Amino acid sequence: MSALRSIAGAVGAHPVLAFWVFFAFFPFLVPNRSLATQVLIFGLFALGFNLLYGYTGLLSFGHAAYYGLGAYGTGIALAKLHVGSLWAGLGAGLLLSAAGGAVIGFFCLRRRGIYFAMLTLAFAQLLYFTGFHLADWTGGDDGLRGIPQLTLGLGPWKYSIETTLGFYYFSYVLVGLAVAMLKRILDSPFGAVLQAIRENGSRAVACGYDVNRVKHLSFVFSACFAGLAGALDALRLTVVPIESLYWTTSGQVVMMTLLGGAGTFFGPFVGAATYLILEERLSLFTESWPIVIGAIFSAFVLFLPKGIWGTLTGGIHGRQSA
Amino acid sequence: MPDLSTLLAQVFTGLVLGMIYVLLAIGLSLIFGLMTVVNFAHGALFMLGAYFGVFLLTYTKSFWVALIVAPLMVGALGLLMERFLIRRLYGRSPDDPLLLTFGLSLILVEGVKVIWGKIGLTLDPPRALAGAVDLGFMAFPAYRLFLVVVIVAVLVGLYLFLGRTNIGLIIRAGSRDPLMVRALGIDLSRIWLLVFGLGTALAGLAGILAGPMRGAYAEMGVTMVIESFVVIVVGGMGSLLGAVVAGLLIGQVVGLTTLFVPKLAEIMVFVVMAVVLLVRPSGLFGEAGLLE
Repeated sequence: MSALRSIAGAVGAHPVLAFWVFFAFFPFLVPNRSLATQVLIFGLFALGFNLLYGYTGLLSFGHAAYYGLGAYGTGIALAKLHVGSLWAGLGAGLLLSAAGGAVIGFFCLRRRGIYFAMLTLAFAQLLYFTGFHLADWTGGDDGLRGIPQLTLGLGPWKYSIETTLGFYYFSYVLVGLAVAMLKRILDSPFGAVLQAIRENGSRAVACGYDVNRVKHLSFVFSACFAGLAGALDALRLTVVPIESLYWTTSGQVVMMTLLGGAGTFFGPFVGAATYLILEERLSLFTESWPIVIGAIFSAFVLFLPKGIWGTLTGGIHGRQSA
Repeated sequence: MPDLSTLLAQVFTGLVLGMIYVLLAIGLSLIFGLMTVVNFAHGALFMLGAYFGVFLLTYTKSFWVALIVAPLMVGALGLLMERFLIRRLYGRSPDDPLLLTFGLSLILVEGVKVIWGKIGLTLDPPRALAGAVDLGFMAFPAYRLFLVVVIVAVLVGLYLFLGRTNIGLIIRAGSRDPLMVRALGIDLSRIWLLVFGLGTALAGLAGILAGPMRGAYAEMGVTMVIESFVVIVVGGMGSLLGAVVAGLLIGQVVGLTTLFVPKLAEIMVFVVMAVVLLVRPSGLFGEAGLLE
């Protein structure tokens, strides 16, 4: 335990470097490589959720909305509008999720506290039903199919994302940049205000911060991370299932983040890996694996609210750690 | 344009749906008002009400027994949930009970699939209520009329209970100022237990009442609980009058959009919510800042 803690401490001191080193070898440490990519993508999704919940103290039960908007934005740009460039496709997904975050965030932030969670959930359902009925654009119930895995061109360089490892390292670079970006956000004065709001909102107001604007900005950033994750997942699967927008997807990211440790830098990745490995192993034995995950999650809420990573690092830094 | 009798029939259908929303929203609102717990498992308990109804109907052959006992079984489960799980989270962030009940609802929904299978079950209304009643201007299924009457009776009973009894007084005082109520020497933890049991029993009642119309299936509660959240946001959290008005309003919105633009039926619910948020952020009957 103490050895684990000191490793966790070292990782906490240089989280971005730790990400680059660890995930460079990650596909060779897990039983199958597509799982490694899933951990990266869902880790990024949870990272975005965690910015809002773990660092700003706002519980969103509707993050499927931004994940789904990212996925559909990229999918529609590539499969329906045939933009012909992977970068343009990713950009479309990011833009759509940012816009969605800005609009929905505006509405949800009109209510505080527990209402916020219910509103985020309600607006995500609104998008789900909208996506369901706009079948010409989204494929409706069948999902959006036929997203091409275009070859990447960076000047004279060509890079194919059609192989599993090729796709993994493509995601690795993008997720790594997102991780570095998040670290930058959290270390900035803006990041300090976020955490001040989480600790004591009224005091942050009293200090003269425009708390609602800061929360809104955090909401949009969070939506962008979730959107990038959705966009990457659309490219990985080459389809966007309608479930991307469903409340179960929102629930998944909540569970991943809390299992790993909300408010910790690496918790989301730890949680995503734990959840996905559990799902993969359990589904070999029983169809009813959600019961087991639900029970584990409930037990974590009751007895281990800091999550796996938060408990490991908790002895050193407390809640704001690593 | 649909003719008048179709329109009236749809208004009545909306009324029936609205009544179910009211019952769910009142249970949620009572629990929330008193202990700031948002019970995500409310939808799962609604679903369990319908399943317990099917189960009891199979063994007792009596709808009336099922109608009384199924809500009691759901309420008993609610008591256990509060006493052994949710109670541990008082004093922590109000997000934590929401997260816990989310986990519990996952267990309940999947558990039902293990016990009763993945395919939905049907729940027959009693023979006495199988036909239609002639209302003069149109015929309406007798069971739906019965449902409206039962729910109105329950609401009146609840109103009298909260307004005219000592326990009701304590419940109302407890949701205003729990500290003061405790300072007066009242053991609020027993009241919490009672209210959680009552609120969940109302969810169970809504479930068995809805059963003969939509059957029982594992996912039936999920969309209902989300729409009940919308009802609460529209009506104003903690306001029972708000829950009634907003529940009926949302029922009409769904009923009438289904008639005119079926594709927009699910979406309109959330549009109404967005409009209320813009115009009256604290809900139609909510007090600004209450329990935020």
